[in-house]
Amino acid sequence: MSYGSMIKVPFGPQHPALKEPEHFLFEIDGDIIVNVKPRIGYNHRGIEKAFERRTYIQNIYLAERICGICSDAHTTCYTQAIEELLDVEVPPRARYIRVIVAELERIHSHSLWLGIAAHEIGFDTLFMHLWRDREAVMDVLELVSGNRVHYAMNTIGGVRREIASEIIPKIIGSLDFLEKRTKYYMKVLRSEQTVLKRTVDIGVLKPEDAVELCAVGPTLRASGVKNDVRRDDPYAAYDEIPFNIVTDDGCDVFSRILVRCGEILESINMIRYALDHMPSGMLRVRVPMAVKPGEAVSRVEAPRGELIHYVKSNGSTRPERYKVRSPTLANIPALCKMLIGQHVADIPIILAGIDPCFACMDRLVFVDVKTNKKKALDFESFRKIVRKQRELL
Amino acid sequence: MAIIVEAIKHLFKRPVTLRYPFEKEAPPKGFRGRPIWDMHRCVGCGLCSRICPSGAIEMIGRGHEASIKHYVDRCLFCGQCSESCPRNAIRLMNDFEHASYSRDSMIYEYKRES
Repeated sequence: MSYGSMIKVPFGPQHPALKEPEHFLFEIDGDIIVNVKPRIGYNHRGIEKAFERRTYIQNIYLAERICGICSDAHTTCYTQAIEELLDVEVPPRARYIRVIVAELERIHSHSLWLGIAAHEIGFDTLFMHLWRDREAVMDVLELVSGNRVHYAMNTIGGVRREIASEIIPKIIGSLDFLEKRTKYYMKVLRSEQTVLKRTVDIGVLKPEDAVELCAVGPTLRASGVKNDVRRDDPYAAYDEIPFNIVTDDGCDVFSRILVRCGEILESINMIRYALDHMPSGMLRVRVPMAVKPGEAVSRVEAPRGELIHYVKSNGSTRPERYKVRSPTLANIPALCKMLIGQHVADIPIILAGIDPCFACMDRLVFVDVKTNKKKALDFESFRKIVRKQRELL
Repeated sequence: MAIIVEAIKHLFKRPVTLRYPFEKEAPPKGFRGRPIWDMHRCVGCGLCSRICPSGAIEMIGRGHEASIKHYVDRCLFCGQCSESCPRNAIRLMNDFEHASYSRDSMIYEYKRES
């Protein structure tokens, strides 16, 4: 290192790359990143605490609002955990409907991300075109669930709405359109110099690093590791639906783009298969309001990767403790590894490359600066602090 | 430059967006909009107000004399109230334009005709 040339560049919480607040401190030497220190916690919403104050039915809608983009993944994970505690078997038709909605959501999330990636590399034409075609899947989701963003399809013991036979041709039509468009975009992305120059060999994450740093989802699969909760620990109807795990050996941002494009095509085939082979029968089983004491962990492959929910019940109508581990949190160590050795100008696309959702993952711990002690707050003392601050105002 | 042919083609096409306040797209069948109460059917059991995840439903009075206050500013449009109603008194409407400058104008009251 020459005469103290290391410069610290703060990036965020308000920054040009993403819409969500998160802080990264970059130590740079010239134009090369030497070290990264993430600091999370700017967008903590206290959702886990809020879980403890609502009944199990009300918590479905709270779980849905953890994330606006993977809302169905969170409710699937939540309801699976509660179903495990209740020892309830979900009817086969409901399991297929869960798969269909989850895969529609994956298509919408990945095409949203592709648009954002195009925007981050300054290719706004592609961004506009991708988001226009994404409307097709948004319309299907609205048709199936009654809302564009928060589908509210899952409930404890099954699903709430039927996929009627008269809307199936419309879904198939939209899927055909999306398949044609995704294939076209894959052709464009592979030949477009604007994309290739900004993404090939950028943000490289080697397979051994990806496994060691516990990366999840498309970020891990783009490093060539075949890992998918849908295959490794099948839930819903994933054990009955054939699909390929899309991987790529490039390990860079470009292979993350290709993996997500490939997953869109896989999802389209899975939905077609599920619509064809959907068994008839009931949609849900009735469950009691109170849940017997116990603990459960549930895993789901959200569009961004493996999502884990944990619930502890004490026999009442409300959970005693709830814990959410969202995929972005698991990808942060891998993200820091990817950034080292890269140019400052590539920070936005590498950051966006893991498809971050910082609001879902934020953690908070209170640290007494004088004694360096960490503590957690209960609801009452938190309320007292808020009241005190209000009086001061 | 692979996308340029597509981009030029679009210069001669109509825009895909609607000019919203003037042109509106009707929501699809089964859209989850604002819930409305049919007070002829309501028995005042209070299940909707107890189950509402966001506390948007208030029941005033008890039993057959009860009236319902619905705060649209708090509503999540999840439709759980309509699903839980034992008398099918709650129906979800098709309207989606609820924005307003004051919260007072976003309260809907359902009273019984006596």
